[in-house]
Amino acid sequence: MIPEIGHFSLVLALLVAIVQGVFPIAGAALGKPAWIALAKPSARLQFVLVALAIFCLAYTFAVKDYSVLYVASNSNSRLPLHYRVAALWGGHEGSLLLWVFILNIWTLAVSFFSKQLPQLTQARILGVMGLISIGFLLFMLTVSNPFERLIPAALDGRDLNPLLQDPGMVFHPPMLYMGYVGFSVAFAFAIAALLGGELDAAWARWSRPWTTLAWIFLTVGIMAGSNWAYYELGWGGWWFWDAVENASFMPWLVGTALIHSLAVTEKRGSFKAWTVLLAITAFSLSLLGTFLVRSGVLTSVHAFATDPERGLFILAFLVIVIGGSLGLFAWRATSVGKGGSFSALSRESLLLSNNVLLVVAAASVMLGTLYPLFLDTLNLGKISVGPPYFDTVFAPLMAPAVFLMGIGPLARWKKAELPELVVRLRWAFAVSLATAICLPLLLGRWTPMVGLGLFLAFWVFAASVQTLWLRLKLAGLPLTGRLRSLTRSWWGMWLAHVGIGVFILGVTIVKGFETETAVRMHPGDVAHLSGYDFVFDGVSEVQGPNYTATQGNLRVSRNQREFASLHPQKRLYTVQNMPMTEAGIAAGLWSDKYASLGEALGDGSWSVRIYYKPMVNWIWGGCLLMAAGGALALSDRRYRIKRKQEAAATA
Amino acid sequence: MKSRHKRLALIGGGIVAVALAITLILSAFRSNIVFFYTPTQVANGEVPKDTSFRIGGMVVEDSLKRQADGLTVHFVVTDTVKNIPVSYQGILPDLFKEGKGVVAQGVLDQDGRFIASNVLAKHDENYMPPEAAEALKRAKAADTAQSPDGVGRNS
Repeated sequence: MIPEIGHFSLVLALLVAIVQGVFPIAGAALGKPAWIALAKPSARLQFVLVALAIFCLAYTFAVKDYSVLYVASNSNSRLPLHYRVAALWGGHEGSLLLWVFILNIWTLAVSFFSKQLPQLTQARILGVMGLISIGFLLFMLTVSNPFERLIPAALDGRDLNPLLQDPGMVFHPPMLYMGYVGFSVAFAFAIAALLGGELDAAWARWSRPWTTLAWIFLTVGIMAGSNWAYYELGWGGWWFWDAVENASFMPWLVGTALIHSLAVTEKRGSFKAWTVLLAITAFSLSLLGTFLVRSGVLTSVHAFATDPERGLFILAFLVIVIGGSLGLFAWRATSVGKGGSFSALSRESLLLSNNVLLVVAAASVMLGTLYPLFLDTLNLGKISVGPPYFDTVFAPLMAPAVFLMGIGPLARWKKAELPELVVRLRWAFAVSLATAICLPLLLGRWTPMVGLGLFLAFWVFAASVQTLWLRLKLAGLPLTGRLRSLTRSWWGMWLAHVGIGVFILGVTIVKGFETETAVRMHPGDVAHLSGYDFVFDGVSEVQGPNYTATQGNLRVSRNQREFASLHPQKRLYTVQNMPMTEAGIAAGLWSDKYASLGEALGDGSWSVRIYYKPMVNWIWGGCLLMAAGGALALSDRRYRIKRKQEAAATA
Repeated sequence: MKSRHKRLALIGGGIVAVALAITLILSAFRSNIVFFYTPTQVANGEVPKDTSFRIGGMVVEDSLKRQADGLTVHFVVTDTVKNIPVSYQGILPDLFKEGKGVVAQGVLDQDGRFIASNVLAKHDENYMPPEAAEALKRAKAADTAQSPDGVGRNS
């Protein structure tokens, strides 16, 4: 009964979405106030219906109803409750429902927090979001229904893929989707603006916080996924340039460009058309990501079902959305108008260069991700493009971008003076150059990549300190007043940039100084790695809720002082009879000591992989700093003041 | 007219920069593509020498041999028509099994032995890597098209 209620509410949601997608936009074009007024109620009603549907599915998982195909395929009676609920997005159908649900959360938020916008614009934005929702609901109801019954019912479920039975499963997909789908708001704003022909600074101002919020979620989502892969896959890697990772990284790159471009559009009125194009691109890449991940065209842990019908549907949807919005852009962009002019060296031009670099980087990732698919589709052979390609391309593209990032915040709008910038940043340059040369020598190994990485990281730090110092000096007030003169959105920018530096530092150190070894160990054997001794104490058996595990016991010591123990496991998930490696990690600020079990080699010995990962946690720490910077910018006063004014106006 | 010249210079600079980036991307792309071959293609000598490529197929039952160090393994990959011996030093992925699909990346040595630098992990017990499935499919197609001359062994 409950699954039928869920199914039925999805059908109703589709009908409501059609109302929401068609009437407000048509009403705005034809000038019918009654049609326009439908936008908000229908958006909210759709949210309630979709929320009811996802609740029904979660309930079905919780009560172990294996007469529903999707539940039976992705859950098991011995699965703990939190994984049973998270299993909701463990497969294709459920993750689409999550996608639509999150789209509705964003739509609901827009319907409540957009009172300051002209009513026509509001109606158009909600209408566009309704149109997106139609596509996904139609998809679910036709070829990908999570409520489909299984008759006769299964006695027990086939279990969630053991790889997904991890706390990461609870956070990573919803976070990532919040980011992906969040770009739909910026997209809807852009389309609404194109439809209305009103692209002004106000448009950018309203678009900005939504885009930043989506970007924060995407940053945290990608970070969580990377961290999960690090400890789950047992290879000690944190980024594999896997097609699915790339699928989430492309919208991030373009979204980052969009945030910066929006800033220029708001402050200076420039780059309008470019900003609109970026908003369209960011969301299109999010859709492309969904297509890549969920259509089964990729060989990946994320691609569960291989079903050409579904792939075709998403592809068609993709073509309509991207083609339609680009067509609209081509038709209307000429009416956008010009912004303020700026000279070849100015904050605008620096931001534009950064934008171009980010977009080119995203394009290079796209080439490496899609080209193999393209060849395969045309039967021109099977190829793969591995990490070396991305590594070679990415560093040279991002290095100038990061260098410019240090200069940008110091440059003036409209026209900056080169000599002035040189004088202001000469110390930052000297400090970072000296660090890049000396620090690796102290650490015992100098390579060009380590030098470059350290230079960029310390360039970001030093330039940020310099910028802060100049800001404080300029204001000409007492220190507390000077600190107060800096807005939260400025601090947010500052913190996010420092986060990039922390991230680069982590990547550089871990790439330059990590060590690993694969050894055969008998109980009592000692392995030596980067000055640490790893003593193997043999294995013991451990019983989990739905798996049995062989657990290796290792003690880590340095200079005869023991300070950590590692417990890597080799699990066998009994339902699917699937082995899984669980790494044992002693994490620390300065380094991780990491071990994973290979195979039993008979006679009590095991093959064991041991890694020493210096400063690897700085990578994720840097991402968190970036997200924190975004959050700080969002809490800026100007957004709250407007809300207060708004409240006063309506009171 | 000065501002117009400036704009032209800006656009020109931009185009040069983007062209440089594209050159960089394409050259990196060309040198880092990894091609996929089936065991039949490898056995027929259709593969390039000295470059890394991928092969896929099934691991032949009872072909897995482990050297005394416990870390070097030898096994045979087949597409049911031709067999290719593979050597790999390292720890095999969780789901590596005899009789199951596998994809390996590496180079071919003088004796026709594939020295794998990477054996790819798959994430599901019943899941066949598409490359491996493709190898079996092609072998089957070739088998039915030509007169079947038995299961060939790679010399």
